[in-house]
Amino acid sequence: MSTSRSRPKKTDRIIYRRPLSLVDRPTHFCPGCGHGTAHKLIAEVLDTLKIREKTIGVAPVGCAVMAYYYLNCDISEAAHGRTPAVATGIKRCLPDRIVFSYQGDGDLAAIGMAETIHAANRGENITVVFVNNSVYGMTGGQMAPTTLNGQKTATSPCGRDSRSMGTPIRICELLNTLDSPWHIERVALDGPAGIRKARKALLTAFKGQMEGKGYSLIEILSPCPIHMRLTPRDAVRFIKEGMIPAFPLGVFRKEGKPVT
Amino acid sequence: MKARTYTVRIDRNRCKGCELCISVCPRQVLELSGEINPRGYHFTRAANPSSCIGCANCSDMCPDTAIELREEMNRHA
Amino acid sequence: MHNRVLMNGNDAIGEGAIRAGCHAYFGYPITPQNELTSYMAKHMPEHGRVFIQAESEVAAINMVFGAVVTGKRAMTSSSSPGISLKQEGLSYLAAAELPAVVVNVQRGGPGLGNIAPSQADYFQATKGGGHGDYHLIVLAPNSVQEMHDFTIDAFALADRYRNPVMILTDGRLGQMMEPLVLYKGAPPKSPPKPWSLTGARNRKPNHIRSLLLEVDALEERNLILQAKYKTILAELVGFDEYLTQDAQVLAIAYGSSARIAKGAVDQARAKGIKAGLLRPITLWPFPRARIRQLAAKVKGILVVEMSAGQMLEDVQLAVGERSPIAFEGRMGGAVPEESDVLTALQHLNKPTRKGARS
Repeated sequence: MSTSRSRPKKTDRIIYRRPLSLVDRPTHFCPGCGHGTAHKLIAEVLDTLKIREKTIGVAPVGCAVMAYYYLNCDISEAAHGRTPAVATGIKRCLPDRIVFSYQGDGDLAAIGMAETIHAANRGENITVVFVNNSVYGMTGGQMAPTTLNGQKTATSPCGRDSRSMGTPIRICELLNTLDSPWHIERVALDGPAGIRKARKALLTAFKGQMEGKGYSLIEILSPCPIHMRLTPRDAVRFIKEGMIPAFPLGVFRKEGKPVT
Repeated sequence: MKARTYTVRIDRNRCKGCELCISVCPRQVLELSGEINPRGYHFTRAANPSSCIGCANCSDMCPDTAIELREEMNRHA
Repeated sequence: MHNRVLMNGNDAIGEGAIRAGCHAYFGYPITPQNELTSYMAKHMPEHGRVFIQAESEVAAINMVFGAVVTGKRAMTSSSSPGISLKQEGLSYLAAAELPAVVVNVQRGGPGLGNIAPSQADYFQATKGGGHGDYHLIVLAPNSVQEMHDFTIDAFALADRYRNPVMILTDGRLGQMMEPLVLYKGAPPKSPPKPWSLTGARNRKPNHIRSLLLEVDALEERNLILQAKYKTILAELVGFDEYLTQDAQVLAIAYGSSARIAKGAVDQARAKGIKAGLLRPITLWPFPRARIRQLAAKVKGILVVEMSAGQMLEDVQLAVGERSPIAFEGRMGGAVPEESDVLTALQHLNKPTRKGARS
């Protein structure tokens, strides 16, 4: 692209530009989708820590799967839900590389719950980026384990009824009952401040992995305007007003210890 | 005397017109263009660039990494 | 460790994998292959290699997936119900053309079945097993020595063809102890793996993927796979023959069943019947051409299996109308009796008999 890499004048300071670890290619994500933001933040962290060339990502079924189009590092697909198992295999064979998984709520908290819990419990030195947008995106807006009570989806057309469909699963809290994780944090793409916190959380997680600290999971509450059935702006408001009360933000595990 | 000015560059091909940048700009610098990009989206443009304070709300918020932000230091006599 | 040792078949596979340079093993408990997982738990760390007891067979095969994308050699093992759980992973491995070794120490089925030896997973192993058009290379050892040797071959073949290889054996061979000579050589040479994920240093990023949304791209991918399978069919067929030179009745059996069939062939010979045995060593690719050749010379063929007759169908495809085919099989973990196999051979040998079962 002609404008994106022009050299700044001596007196210029670049406040923001596309990170080098992000491929110069428009994404397939819907307008206002948080995946783009999450990708961008990961790319920024890879740039900041200068680890792009030693990073291997794992992207499973779902909207997450096409990460290899956008992130300029080695990436493997994984079968639905098996992302932490694939990441485990990679990391154990190449312990000096940086390995992250990039998973949606269906992948991580429904079909892949066993792999999620056991990778965390083994304290695998990997970073799990968990994009929680409360619905299945790619398959057409079905109910996810993290769908809010009363939220309408393709498979809860009258709203999620907790009496027969359960209630939203809080992954950070659940994993925080284990002894092994090193860092667990929930952030939200609910505005510029939230995005800056998400960037910092990812930086903490990847840096910790570089230092061999162990398992980290960053849950990112993220807009899926299409399947939340909202405009991008209202989807961001939904995160603030609907999701955050159900999924409280904060650091749950710091330096291997639960934060109380 | 030094004066800071800011340049907001929007990559019209990456922009999908979600308006999240517009929603977080404290100085109403941005607006949706009436034009359509090759992928069929209205895209954002900097309508009032001189009002920009370089806060980076827009570039941080943009899910499509379509915004580049620079600060220029202009020396005046 | 002395080179000539007494070992059970499961341990012999484990030691074979270690000597073949298997860098990572991922397992989950299931009888009758538990000795193998325990062997790897003990010995892989001694060699500075990776052992994980996974949370499920599903996780184990996907850990293998992760390990082999790095270019390292990796293996998992299980028994029938657990192998069913691995089928999705096998399809993904085949689709992404990843070299991996999977051991199935078969037990009685279907369902939970029992823990007795069986050969009822032949269809699953040789016809794909998971979704999509793909094949595993399937090796069928019939002794503890072969359990060991074929494991080393399996890693070499997986690398050569960039394809998952299955060692299809059973609880009897897994549990039985026999003397064997351990492999002394260096691990089979690993070809360069420029496709592996090691971090995109001084090169463009590598991607391991099987999602190809464009129809043309996916068909193209399939054509590449099919061309590879054709090469394997041409290059790899393996079988063993016993007294087939002048045979008038031919037994066809693999693995455990071949040991029984061999005994019956010897007994038949003692009774003056010209019996012989063909033992497929590769179940896929199947020794179809050789069987067709022999079928034209014999009075009848007897397929012996610990199943309702699965390899039987491949023999039927190979033989066509060239020879009558009889079948001697037991199910549910039962093992064919040598005497029953002998009776069946004698039956086939009767002069004017018309097609025993074709």
